[in-house]
Amino acid sequence: MDIFLQQLVNGLVLGSIYALVALGYTMVYGILGLINFAHGDICMIGALTALTVAQALAAMGLPPPLVLALAALAAVLVCVALGVSIERVAYRPLRRAPRLAPLITAIGVSVLLQYSAALVWGKQYLSMPEVVKPSAIVWGGVQLTDLQAFIFLLACALMGALLWFIQSSRMGRAMRATEQNPDVAGLMGVNVNHVIAFTFLLGSAVGAIAGMMVVLYYGVGHYFMGFMLGLKAFTAAVLGGIGNVAGAMLGGLLLGVVESLAAGYIGDLTGGVLGSNYRDVFAFLVLIGVLVFRPSGIMGQHTGDRA
Amino acid sequence: MSGAIRDPRLRWAAVFAAAVVLIALPFAVDAVLGRAWVRIIDVALLFILLGLGLNIVVGYAGLLDLGYIAFFAVGAYSYALLASPQFGLHGSFVVVLPLAALVAAAFGVLLGAPTLKLRGDYLAIVTLGFGEIIRICLNNLNRPVNITNGPQGITLIDPLAIGDIALNKTYTIAGFTVAPVHSYYFVFLACAAASIFISLRLEDSRIGRAWIAIREDELAAGSMGINTRNVKLLAFAMGATFGGLAGGLFASFQGFVSPESFTLLDSIMVLCMVVLGGMGNVGGVVLGAALLTALPEALRYAGPLQKQWLGDVYIDPSDLRMLLFGLALVLMMLFRPAGLWPSTLRRREFAGGEDAHAAQ
Repeated sequence: MDIFLQQLVNGLVLGSIYALVALGYTMVYGILGLINFAHGDICMIGALTALTVAQALAAMGLPPPLVLALAALAAVLVCVALGVSIERVAYRPLRRAPRLAPLITAIGVSVLLQYSAALVWGKQYLSMPEVVKPSAIVWGGVQLTDLQAFIFLLACALMGALLWFIQSSRMGRAMRATEQNPDVAGLMGVNVNHVIAFTFLLGSAVGAIAGMMVVLYYGVGHYFMGFMLGLKAFTAAVLGGIGNVAGAMLGGLLLGVVESLAAGYIGDLTGGVLGSNYRDVFAFLVLIGVLVFRPSGIMGQHTGDRA
Repeated sequence: MSGAIRDPRLRWAAVFAAAVVLIALPFAVDAVLGRAWVRIIDVALLFILLGLGLNIVVGYAGLLDLGYIAFFAVGAYSYALLASPQFGLHGSFVVVLPLAALVAAAFGVLLGAPTLKLRGDYLAIVTLGFGEIIRICLNNLNRPVNITNGPQGITLIDPLAIGDIALNKTYTIAGFTVAPVHSYYFVFLACAAASIFISLRLEDSRIGRAWIAIREDELAAGSMGINTRNVKLLAFAMGATFGGLAGGLFASFQGFVSPESFTLLDSIMVLCMVVLGGMGNVGGVVLGAALLTALPEALRYAGPLQKQWLGDVYIDPSDLRMLLFGLALVLMMLFRPAGLWPSTLRRREFAGGEDAHAAQ
């Protein structure tokens, strides 16, 4: 039982990071119908930017909260600039093109970002300075570090703020209108180009924070880290029902929990035949299982059927 | 394509000329650019096979498949397991190669069956997951029973051979040195030609029309009497067969397979070939496969050029290669959004893009 609770806690923390990244996928997908393959790499750039800034500031001996805040700020600024300019250059000209065309440019952008990062940061693993010394909170047999708690709470706060923003603000309403029908939204006076650019801005900013959480959590960053992060987050977004913001959050948490539980239990359940290296298999099997019974994801609505 | 030249005599002359060029190509390339490029052409032919297979699934039937390389992997591993010292089996390729294609087709149906109800990007993510499942299993099936030899992969795979004539030896025929890369070239060329022929015939067939109808509107296709379930499964199986065959050929050509060759990035590469060349058009797919195989290799020359023009190596050549490759993908798509050589139907659709979008 302790293992179960412990893996559940670990899974929720990991899942909250997936959920943040998944938000970027799902918002863009909702409005443009585009799988933004480069999103994971934007998170990677955010992570490495935060890492570099934190290294520099920690060396100057600034207090930890200030280091974290400034690193986050730098990451957000860099990612927002990147996200918005990528939309402008690589996706906007293809808005009326066949659906798979922007997917290919997204893949191209993803490769570009990865190797630009390799140029700037090199290909070795970079270690995040230990800004916060994690101290464990033991609570009924379950161990939770304050870093984990910080990540989870911050992620939840961000998600809550984002949900509120999309539901209640003027811009959020414009985003929802554009999602339903860009042409009609345009007729109603919504500046569709602004809304789409803003969606990328929001997704990239949240992605930057998520990237920073990853380097904080694992302590290392790498130019290729965005790939797996993006893949998992995309899976989470689809699991929850792509295009649905609340679904992405739920999908992220669910995927994180499934993965952690699988890592903890596969070995025991199969008598040591299958090891924890099958946990991704498990995650994808759950995905396929869910989609067989709910073909549009847990909270999703029916989508178009064109490839 | 064939409608371009009307006079039958001229057509035969063109076919004959093309045959002469294709037969001479590996020897000419060997002499001018070196043997490495013959190998690249061989790989390009395999990718043409793969691209045409994926084109059936994505281009004709409109089912976005992000895990297509899994079938390539299944074919390669089937061949490797049945014709290598791994289990001490050394089946003849006459049996093993069709078997590899068949196993891949079975996996195609296995993937297709539970995903029939899924649409668009949900299908894409499931196929992606399927591809990852296959790769992870291949990577880990060395314990408790060693089947795939794990990350080390399977080595010493038998080459294609009839009796004593094996394709991994060098022969001298009429003064020409025929190295393994040359003989495999002809095998792959024959397979690619056959698959082009099959694709073209499929496109105009009853089944091909049914696929295209499903791509355009599944509901309407169903109400016109097409059994959408069977026809979609057939698309998966047919696409997987091409992939499995290519995989078997790849295993015999390399003599070595490991899970490293079958990552998601490889699936994405094949998809890029199909989309960039021109989805649904056989000529476009062939062009895309050839171009995207050759491009990264050609970009190897960018490193030395950098030194020559700028006086120093500022960017690591292998990184520069990938940077330029990414850039090329973006630029090609920006300038030719429907692909380099789109099918006539797609081109029409794209020309009327505004209306088509409004109608959705």
